[in-house]
Amino acid sequence: MGELLKVDKIKTEFKTDKGMVTSVDEVSFDLKEGETICLVGESGCGKSVTSLSIMHLLDKNGSVTHGSILLNGKELVNMSEAEMRKVRGNEISMIFQEPMTSLNPVLTIGDQLTEGIRLHMGYSKKEARDYAVEMLKKVGIPRAEGIVDDYPHRLSGGMRQRVMIAMALSCKPKLLIADEPTTALDVTIQAQILKLMKGLRSESKTAIILITHDLGVVAEMADKVAVMYAGQVVEETDVFTLFDNPKHPYTLGLMKSIPHITNPDDMRLESIPGSVPSVYNMPKGCRFYDRCPFAMKRCLEEKPELRPIEDKKSHSIRCFLYEKEEREFEEKKQDEKEVLS
Amino acid sequence: MEVKNLKKYYPIKKGIISKTVGYVKAVDDVSFSIYPGETVGLVGESGCGKSTTGRSLVRLEDPTSGQVIFEGKDLASISKKEMRELRTDLQIIFQDPYSSLNPRKRIGDLLAEPLLAHKLASKAEAAEKVNHILETVGLSKHYKNRYPHEFSGGQRQRIGIARALMLHPKLIICDEPVSALDVSIQAQVLNLLKDLQKEFNLTYIFIAHGLGAVKYISDRITVMYLGKIMEMAKTKEIFEHPMHPYTEILLNAYPVPNPHMRDREQIVVEGDVPSPAHPPKGCVFHTRCPFAKDICREKVPELNGTDHLIACHFPLSQ
Ligand SMILES: Nc1ncnc2c1ncn2[C@@H]1O[C@H](COP(=O)(O)OP(=O)(O)OP(=O)(O)O)[C@@H](O)[C@H]1O
Ligand SMILES: Nc1ncnc2c1ncn2[C@@H]1O[C@H](COP(=O)(O)OP(=O)(O)OP(=O)(O)O)[C@@H](O)[C@H]1O
Ligand SMILES: [Mg+2]
Ligand SMILES: [Mg+2]
Repeated sequence: MGELLKVDKIKTEFKTDKGMVTSVDEVSFDLKEGETICLVGESGCGKSVTSLSIMHLLDKNGSVTHGSILLNGKELVNMSEAEMRKVRGNEISMIFQEPMTSLNPVLTIGDQLTEGIRLHMGYSKKEARDYAVEMLKKVGIPRAEGIVDDYPHRLSGGMRQRVMIAMALSCKPKLLIADEPTTALDVTIQAQILKLMKGLRSESKTAIILITHDLGVVAEMADKVAVMYAGQVVEETDVFTLFDNPKHPYTLGLMKSIPHITNPDDMRLESIPGSVPSVYNMPKGCRFYDRCPFAMKRCLEEKPELRPIEDKKSHSIRCFLYEKEEREFEEKKQDEKEVLS
Repeated sequence: MEVKNLKKYYPIKKGIISKTVGYVKAVDDVSFSIYPGETVGLVGESGCGKSTTGRSLVRLEDPTSGQVIFEGKDLASISKKEMRELRTDLQIIFQDPYSSLNPRKRIGDLLAEPLLAHKLASKAEAAEKVNHILETVGLSKHYKNRYPHEFSGGQRQRIGIARALMLHPKLIICDEPVSALDVSIQAQVLNLLKDLQKEFNLTYIFIAHGLGAVKYISDRITVMYLGKIMEMAKTKEIFEHPMHPYTEILLNAYPVPNPHMRDREQIVVEGDVPSPAHPPKGCVFHTRCPFAKDICREKVPELNGTDHLIACHFPLSQ
């Protein structure tokens, strides 16, 4: 499987009346065809901004100021708006965090679906409509022939979300970005949609960036996971390693603070004290410093880098506690290189 | 507290003369009891009537019919004045900690307000109490001169809890108190609620979407669907031996934070929750129930049982 997307140390900044703020700082990850990565982390940590940066859909006051985003080897960061419009829809689709606001209330479901289909697939009006109905059926919308002529307000939240998914998938994107696609939905509807996304993923080899703060959804869907904290990736690894052997103190805290129905009855939750630092006042050193139970003096002053400690499972951590592992890994890599040459 | 046949119907109005053309049966014939010092969890999908039930219990809604007996008095029928006296015993914490705090008032004034309004303390006593309560919920007393927008979500929820505690209530309705918060902050608030319950022997009704949080905090759980109670039992019972198909499906639909379990068998119900303005005939769940038979489409099942209550014609066997 080839590499589809490579996000390399991107930095996204916004101009605000209180000066420039950095919402995303040195975020890196990559994604192969058919692979799913989940971005997790607390509210405001930069998950949506990361995906909007890839899509070129940031608010006017924001831009990617450093780093690179390669899609199939093409650089997206400095791509023109005209070219980017082709990429959106043809190669990347996005399901937005608020499904209610991203459907146009004065257009029928059919109009909204066929617009993209005609533009990107070159279908005639009739063909596009038939295809739209087929897509609606695929995402489990009952009475699809009737619903295409309905307006969004006639549909329930779960149905609207499925329409959004049908729309996002209708042009067979290579990459789907889904920003909290099920957070506003009830659990029984969520289960339907996750099942649907799994089906479509195995059918069409779509790679998915799934943003969620629900670790249950992560465990169901992810191949790999990037844990974000205050605009940075602090740990990245495959989903099994993340749950079985989390390493970054923030990830550890997160894992211990989920109340879950399979927890033993008398288990007390552990909480992470304090709250996230403000974007206007980012610490110089480690951003988790003031909430970290293992904080050392140098964490206050020095900034840890995201470094790999293992490559088979590609496990990377941004924390001084694992410096020894990181150094050993680097030495091993170095040795291997020398042996090879 | 004992709730008997509680109903809350909202009229659906149409036309210039606002003729009532139907009713949203938000809460439809709900009965249960709550014992002092326990936590009853209320779960179910959006719109099933959890908040309306909670609000009716403390008379923030006037029930359409039914009784809410609290310490021998029927809250559904007492006068506004009597209710005001009981208000000190019955408090509510809301989902959105921001919109429920007046943004123009300092935290100290917000907290002292109910005490002063009920003439339960002098200004100096109230100030003293504010300091104490802030400390109880884990906030510095220096925060009392700040405004709500200066706090994070978790801190604001603590302030909401502090406000509910000011009058030393006996019963608190917690309406989704952690849903708007990040997981790491949810745990702080859940632990705080647990600790305060022990300290002050509080009784809670805990409303939530997330089953994990409900399980963590509740002694008993009530499962609602379309305005009706489907099942009510001890927490352990509900999780280990659910008897209503809806409960089973709800538990099953919840994603498990363990990737090793991702390939487990899962029953996924089709369709959406029907509208409470037109609830299905017979058992309200029959349109989505994989086990529905003819009788389910005709006859409303009654809520039966002593410790483990269930409303289903064909309960799952143990
Ligand atoms: N247009 C903007 N101008 C200024 N700051 C912005 C803008 N858009 C986003 N931000 C800031 O960027 C940071 C990251 O926001 P983002 O929406 O990516 O968070 P998130 O991780 O998606 O959170 P949530 O889980 O709440 O959706 C936040 O601090 C936010 O306030
Ligand atoms: N003031 C009102 N007027 C008319 N209908 C109402 C009113 N308040 C609630 N309803 C309706 O009553 C039903 C039950 O609502 P309620 O808020 O109790 O649900 P809930 O279980 O708390 O849902 P959620 O989980 O979304 O908070 C819903 O269909 C709702 O639309
Ligand atoms: Mg977001
Ligand atoms: Mg509610």
